[in-house]
Amino acid sequence: MDMKVTKKKLGLKEKYKLMTRDLGWEPTYHSKDEVFPYVGYEGIKIHDWDKWEDPFRLTMDSYWKYQAEKERKFYAIIDAHAQNNGHLNLTDARYLSALKIFLQAISPGEYAAHKGFARVGREFPGVGTQVACQMQAIDEIRHAQTQIHAMSNYNRYYNGFHAFADTRDRIWYTSVARSFFDDSMSAGPFEFMIAIGFSFEYVLTNLLFVPFMSGAAYNGDMATVTFGFSAQSDEARHMTLGLECIKFMLEQDPDNLPIVQEWIDKWFWRGFRVLGLVSTMMDYMLPKRVMSWREAWNIYGIENGGALFKDLARYGIKPPRGWDDAEKAIDHMSHQFMLGLYQWSFGTAFHSWIPSEDDMNWLSAKYPDTFDTYYRPRWKHIKKLADAGTQFKNYGLAKLCQTCQLPCVFTEPDDPTLTCHRETVHEGETYHFCSDGCQHIFENEPEKYVQAWLPMPQLFQDPINGDLGEWMKWVSLLDGKDNGDYAGSEDQKNFEAWRGLATTNQ
Amino acid sequence: MSTVFIALQTNEDTRPIIEAIEIDNPHAVVHRQPAMVKIDAEGTLVIRKATIEEQVGRDFDLQELHINLISLTGHVSEDDDTLTLSWNS
Repeated sequence: MDMKVTKKKLGLKEKYKLMTRDLGWEPTYHSKDEVFPYVGYEGIKIHDWDKWEDPFRLTMDSYWKYQAEKERKFYAIIDAHAQNNGHLNLTDARYLSALKIFLQAISPGEYAAHKGFARVGREFPGVGTQVACQMQAIDEIRHAQTQIHAMSNYNRYYNGFHAFADTRDRIWYTSVARSFFDDSMSAGPFEFMIAIGFSFEYVLTNLLFVPFMSGAAYNGDMATVTFGFSAQSDEARHMTLGLECIKFMLEQDPDNLPIVQEWIDKWFWRGFRVLGLVSTMMDYMLPKRVMSWREAWNIYGIENGGALFKDLARYGIKPPRGWDDAEKAIDHMSHQFMLGLYQWSFGTAFHSWIPSEDDMNWLSAKYPDTFDTYYRPRWKHIKKLADAGTQFKNYGLAKLCQTCQLPCVFTEPDDPTLTCHRETVHEGETYHFCSDGCQHIFENEPEKYVQAWLPMPQLFQDPINGDLGEWMKWVSLLDGKDNGDYAGSEDQKNFEAWRGLATTNQ
Repeated sequence: MSTVFIALQTNEDTRPIIEAIEIDNPHAVVHRQPAMVKIDAEGTLVIRKATIEEQVGRDFDLQELHINLISLTGHVSEDDDTLTLSWNS
């Protein structure tokens, strides 16, 4: 008779030691400096890579097991969504604009993060760091793929999803996210970790993924909830890696503090500007809203970010330089940005619209100090123009910020009636900025940012030469289908017709 | 004192986990939002394998948490029996 023998299992710490740390070796054919040539030039001093801690102690074998389970869950739901006309369960097809922005601007960012982590995983000498970066590189490509796959179900029925790769490369508003990731990928390995691992993942992604995905659930979008939460289940690990990395740098050498602080200042502000898009998605584009951008900021910015910086104060870290300006912008940014999107809606591969009376009442309840004073009158005026058949379109080209690449639509931190604009002259050229934060970033590294590709100058180059129609072709924007007001769009007509078919026997 | 939190997806896997967290952390506040549950706790939050096992009625590997985790804050300290979130300040 067989005796059942219980297999002795390794403890978590022992397993992590054997299956991660023990994978490293000392090179003998080449010096360590030759093998890891990029780890020193940023000025970060590391004395002992073994001090790197991975609090989750996840090993590759467990990683594959859990990721496989996440994928199975994901595809079960995506199949159900496709088989059951999931797209008709949305509250309203206005919601799709938020998804289109996500697909055009954020999903390509996931892919960029994949490339970045694959690179820094090679460039860091520590084994714990290498394995953590390897996992994150695989996570990020999974996120890009599952997001594109989930949203492809909408591409069968709706406009604006068909050319996200061209949109990512060429259209104006996506360059905000693209330049953020290009900036981080062209930085050194430690700065990359602060940019993505710390500022973006730890301080900011909660604002993007958590309330927005909960919002997707509220709006009946089973596909997005699924990819969002599947991705988010990896984010907790990424955040922990980002926080670990910052503690590691600060504990290794006191000389690292000023370098790290400068990066926190820079990347907080870069990330905050990217989130301008998210504030608008939350306040305006979700037909049914879970919470306002302001409420999300109170929870994930002030409470959570505040706790983090209080904790890091023991190393001498101060809250990021732009923190106070960010707080002052919170009650304005989504309105200013939506007004911008509406007036340039002929050039967006998604729809925007004038908020309904109900929506405006919600906004004034959520923004009692700003909406009725500054923004409702503007929307009312725009509505009057639209009703008279003279929709307000701004064919002037937006002045873009040289750093964040957003149009300069934001106001002075202390005066919401005055547009904020800064200029710096560098080697005889004038550069424009939307804020003190972006100007400061440029002035620290002008050689980097003078090289930025900006979508507006591109308009006057071949093959466009200033022609709007040619520009639309070049960015793969189908005029009259992908762009313009939601009211009267194909998306609106189709959604209403198909939903009608789905609920009657016509 | 600063607050730590953990957010989990709302599903059958997490229901007993959330119950276990409530048992082990009487000071925690549970917020049920669309499709997710966010648990806030002042200072520290402890998740115990043994308590979860009592709730689910089977062996439970704490790393299974990764499957349904949405987000968390605070420093993470994990061993075979507990996962702790805390701020030092």
